[in-house]
Amino acid sequence: MPLILRQCLRRRFSRPLAAFLQLTWFLLIAYATAVGAADDRNPLANDPKAAKAGEYEFRINCALCHGLGAHGGGRGPDLTRAQKKHVHSDEEMFQVISNGIPGTVMPANGTNGQGVGMTDEEIWQIITYIRSVEVKAPAKPAGSAARGKDLFYGDANCSLCHMVEGKGGRLGPELTAVGGSRTREAIIDSVRNPSRRLAWGLTEATKEFPQEYETITVVTADGKEIKGAALNEDNFSVQMMDTNEQIYLLEKDKLLSFKKSRESMMPKYNPDILSDKDLEDIVAYLTNVGTK
Amino acid sequence: MTGPRIVVSLWIVSLACGLVATQARGQVTFERLLNAGKEPQNWLTYSGDYSGRRFSALDQVNVTNAHSLVAKWVYQTGATGKLETTPLVVDGILYASAQDDRAFALEARTGRPIWMYQHQLPGDIRPCCGRVNRGLAILGDKVFLGTLDAHVIALDTKTGNVIWDAVAADYQKGYSFTVAPLAVKNLVVIGVSGGEYGVRGFIDAYDAATGARKWRFYTVPGPGEPGHETWEGDSWKIGGAPAWNTGTYDAATNQIFWPTGNPSPSNRGEGRAGDNLYSNTLLALNADTGKMNWYFQFTKHDEHDWDATQVPVIIDSGGDSGKHLIAQANRNGFFYVIDRTTGKLISASAYGKITWSDTKDAEGRPVANKNASPTLEGHTVCPGALGTTNFMAPTYDPQTALFYVTARDQCDTFSTAPQPYEAGHAYYGSAYFPSDEAEPYRGFLKAIDPATGEIKWTFEHTSPTWSGVLATAGALVFTGDAEGNFIALDAASGKALWHFQMGGAVYAAPMAFAVDGKEYVAIAAGSAVYAFGLP
Repeated sequence: MPLILRQCLRRRFSRPLAAFLQLTWFLLIAYATAVGAADDRNPLANDPKAAKAGEYEFRINCALCHGLGAHGGGRGPDLTRAQKKHVHSDEEMFQVISNGIPGTVMPANGTNGQGVGMTDEEIWQIITYIRSVEVKAPAKPAGSAARGKDLFYGDANCSLCHMVEGKGGRLGPELTAVGGSRTREAIIDSVRNPSRRLAWGLTEATKEFPQEYETITVVTADGKEIKGAALNEDNFSVQMMDTNEQIYLLEKDKLLSFKKSRESMMPKYNPDILSDKDLEDIVAYLTNVGTK
Repeated sequence: MTGPRIVVSLWIVSLACGLVATQARGQVTFERLLNAGKEPQNWLTYSGDYSGRRFSALDQVNVTNAHSLVAKWVYQTGATGKLETTPLVVDGILYASAQDDRAFALEARTGRPIWMYQHQLPGDIRPCCGRVNRGLAILGDKVFLGTLDAHVIALDTKTGNVIWDAVAADYQKGYSFTVAPLAVKNLVVIGVSGGEYGVRGFIDAYDAATGARKWRFYTVPGPGEPGHETWEGDSWKIGGAPAWNTGTYDAATNQIFWPTGNPSPSNRGEGRAGDNLYSNTLLALNADTGKMNWYFQFTKHDEHDWDATQVPVIIDSGGDSGKHLIAQANRNGFFYVIDRTTGKLISASAYGKITWSDTKDAEGRPVANKNASPTLEGHTVCPGALGTTNFMAPTYDPQTALFYVTARDQCDTFSTAPQPYEAGHAYYGSAYFPSDEAEPYRGFLKAIDPATGEIKWTFEHTSPTWSGVLATAGALVFTGDAEGNFIALDAASGKALWHFQMGGAVYAAPMAFAVDGKEYVAIAAGSAVYAFGLP
């Protein structure tokens, strides 16, 4: 009960009356909480028709990042996993779809600039659909997380460019959360074919497309060649980092040459460089960290 | 004798002030709107004048001095989301709109606000693509705002007070307004949004003085009307064809040219067999009655969300046997030139990456491939759903005789997702995804020669932009980019001459005005309106 209300009760009413009012207040609060909780349950849970409608809503609103079938795309997590990083209950899922996840590219409903905001009913349909495709007992990662960690920081050289839990390099994307937000297949694909789908870097609040990890090669006015990953770029300037983690802030019109490539700075890890087993171990390590 | 002398002096001063005030605050008559080009210090309609050219005759800022442009003021609207407004300027006062149906008046020289208004929106409005507004119209002592809950509101130019408030349609069924209205004669002409909700599109005209509706043109014909047969069954009732971008007006023929958008559902043709008139069409309407004189449909039976709502630009081709033309860079990737007297197509030329059409019909209109339709598994088509261009306003420069338009190359995979129609619910029928992750998008500013369809120059952006374009008599073209730069380019060559980083992506179109003989160029970006001028 708010302090002010308590003080008012003390001042204005006799003790028995104040106690009665206090009891009424608590009952009211309890009732409101119960009603609120009832509203938070999915009214369409387990309804096959709602799940079908939700599948189409999912295609329209979610599949761009989470993939057709909710199996995860290059951008968003696999939602068929029963264990999700940000949500457990239907209510939490409703909140996340409605409000987005700050600090990630998951937008609030209706704010991605292209689509139409979903109604509450449509959000519940999507939740019904996601619940219908969830795999209740997901297979454990095949690899050894402990060995994967050794490889990550050792022979596989991942940590030269990637940071996990505050340790590692800065040139490539930070990977602490990647195991919880990307599918095993997406992680493997990005190691085997790093240029096929460049990772997203900086996402600006009002800009349509995030910066990608493109490779920039420039020759400065004094003839120095610099190659690195783009941190950001516009029509007139580029901010980039080289393999020594040196940041360069350059004006394009002062450069002798400027080249941009979608060939990633990350080497292509073919099976002869990194065996399938080693890669499974690294995936197991990343999954272990990412789903903590 | 001191008293009377003071009184006389005050009388003289107040008379002088009154004269100045009258001059500075003259009302915008239809006559002034007709001759907007003769007062380039003002920007009286969405596109600057009735031609839709978005061309400013001001030349104080020009190719020789554009490099020295500086920011003169910034006005923070306090709104979030995409700012798509084009300001109006009348005699030193700037009027503009912002998200969530804000409107405001600023001193155009300093950016200081004079009044602010915000329409009280209900919590359950159905905007399509952001809570946006593209601008105001002005006539007499009123500015006009279309709202996201489908009201048309007249505000007093001096105070922002509501003079009248007309309800056009039921917002709970998906009707809304995002367009800048067009004031013609004594009418406020406005087209509805809602193509993503299965609305039945219309263009309305309201009496500017009273708010009484004078005419309505339904863009989907009802039973007994010509064109009704182009809809399967009852699909016309929810046929879409909204009209959410500002049209143009030709006084010589008293015609309003207004473009329309996609049929509903936007990405699925099943259930609405036929051409689906008058979706994706340029309409020529009699300004007094709203009766249609002619129409030209750009994309028949559209399944890719290619609204044809781009500004139709009036071009008089003196060199080419003096034809009266109207040109549109369409979302479907073709640049169309049409005889605006008859509605006959003159030419259609691709100005971006296109895979949906490789043949033309007898009239010269590009027709769709057999396999362009979305499928359950997904089918890739260029351009994608966002189109080669979209709502970003183009410009036509009579000095270079070039048409400048923001364009993008982006293909999408269209995958069907059938939805039942339910009033007020989103109604697409299909989903779309960028098709090729390795080469997903490129953005451009292109200069097109309307006489030949040839692209004279291309300025490639770092990423696609939603900015419109302004040409000025200073031989300049202005545009903005997705990274927040405002850019001046040489209109003849496309060379960037100057830029300023505004700190927010551009979704609006620039305009120009002058106060006290000094030229300003203004644009909205991020959450703010910026004005630039010479030092």
